[in-house]
Amino acid sequence: MVTTSEILSTLRMIDKQKLDVRTITMGISLIGCVSDDDERLCKKVYDKICTLAGDLVSVGEAIEREFGVPIVNKRISVTPAALISGGMKEPVKLAKALDSAAMQTGVNFIGGYSALVHKAMTQADEKLISSMPEALSVTERLCGSVNVGSTRAGINMDAVALMGRVVKQLAENTKEQKGFGCAKLVIFANAVEDNPFMAGAFHGPGEGDCAINVGVSGPGVVKSALEGVKGKRFDEVAETIKKTAFSITRVGQLVAREASRRLNVPFGIVDLSLAPTPAVGDSVAQILEEMGLEVCGTHGTTAALALLNDAVKKGGVMASSHVGGLSGAFIPVSEDTGMIRAAERGALCLDKLEAMTCVCSVGLDMIAVPGDTPAETISAIIADEAAIGMVNNKTVAVRLIPIPGAKLGDSVEFGGLFGKAPVMAVHPFSSEKFIARGGRIPAPLQSLRN
Amino acid sequence: MNEMKKVVISVLGLDRKGIIAKVSNVLYNNEANILDISQTIVSGYFTMILVADISAPGCSFDALSRELSDLGQELGVQIRTQLSEIFESMYRI
Repeated sequence: MVTTSEILSTLRMIDKQKLDVRTITMGISLIGCVSDDDERLCKKVYDKICTLAGDLVSVGEAIEREFGVPIVNKRISVTPAALISGGMKEPVKLAKALDSAAMQTGVNFIGGYSALVHKAMTQADEKLISSMPEALSVTERLCGSVNVGSTRAGINMDAVALMGRVVKQLAENTKEQKGFGCAKLVIFANAVEDNPFMAGAFHGPGEGDCAINVGVSGPGVVKSALEGVKGKRFDEVAETIKKTAFSITRVGQLVAREASRRLNVPFGIVDLSLAPTPAVGDSVAQILEEMGLEVCGTHGTTAALALLNDAVKKGGVMASSHVGGLSGAFIPVSEDTGMIRAAERGALCLDKLEAMTCVCSVGLDMIAVPGDTPAETISAIIADEAAIGMVNNKTVAVRLIPIPGAKLGDSVEFGGLFGKAPVMAVHPFSSEKFIARGGRIPAPLQSLRN
Repeated sequence: MNEMKKVVISVLGLDRKGIIAKVSNVLYNNEANILDISQTIVSGYFTMILVADISAPGCSFDALSRELSDLGQELGVQIRTQLSEIFESMYRI
């Protein structure tokens, strides 16, 4: 039997330290919905999603109520749209159908307006990607992603160049909302097929018909646990994080198992991630600061993050029967009060963030840059990040928001989970000729690794 | 025979008369069977953890949880009802 102190400790985690399950995401395959008739395809997609995910939100809420643990988001991920949109005349119609299905089922986001082009683009991929600036600005809950590189294929630099322009255009199309459309678009290298987190979630082609994937969270719980080992050696820091991650992940595993049972959908994976929110005390940056850094971004930050990321995985792996997704600490700037403060104090710059992404999940995330940043510069930032992922065999992502009209030093409020973004500096020197080359950066050697 | 379905009911707040009596009464009315109960008072703060079996056919989790939560409001304490698996899974392999 559990002890009173364990029960009280859990209640404290939920009330004071913001322990929650970040998302229950239902992955749905749309492969069977293919049609050469736009209307017919959209109807099949809408019907399939609404049938399978009809009870997702109510079941999620019931689990939340009965176990007394908040489940912040209920979401849907679908087959990358480019895999089914080949015969369509207007892929934007599919975007609208997906958005309507999200509204109907009550989920707050649906992910999968996506294309996997790490080696090359099909006509369907190109058409879908080109439709993104419109598709993600006329819909509300739809998210998209593009995989532009992988360790096995190298980096598709034509796609990288295209994505720079897509990001710029999407920002322009949503300038009334301060470029918010770009918060719904992720550019990946080594994208995973079972990621439950938005905006990069999609249900990969290697997945089954339907699966329940759960993303856990809990930076506040880790930070509080570390307050108990102030000044102690790193060995103890790592052990403390591992134990905490174990408990957090067990909650995720329990919720995933229950959701899978009640919805009669196979359990996919638990994603062991520390995902911050703008809420006070729910910050990854503050965990790093608790380890002894004056402010996140100063020298030592990369080492602290490496320890954190690894210990979270080691603690979490044994707590779940299947671990997958992105699994690691997230460092989205606008969604983390500690990161925002560090950026505002000038302690955290884009280059340091890039270094940090070498040792954690996922990448340059939710970073606002000046509105006049050239598309080629954005492409070059994507290329740098993709190179880190390609060489280090890890998933990386870029979610940049070139806010129209915004300059260095401005700050933009997105609200809710998306937080507040201080506009960060990019290098003023041109990457134009580099991006204009196109082609493919070859896949790296996997041996002779020094 | 149904598998036993257990809930953990936690009551936190300032001590006052009749908390245990009133909580037990709600459990009795909802056909829940008390399995374990522990209570401490630390500098005036009342902490009670109660484990109950709710697998009786006439016992509904939602109704019990709502009634206890309403009772908490009336008594000025926080009463939470949670399926026990969350605690068991966090601390036991």
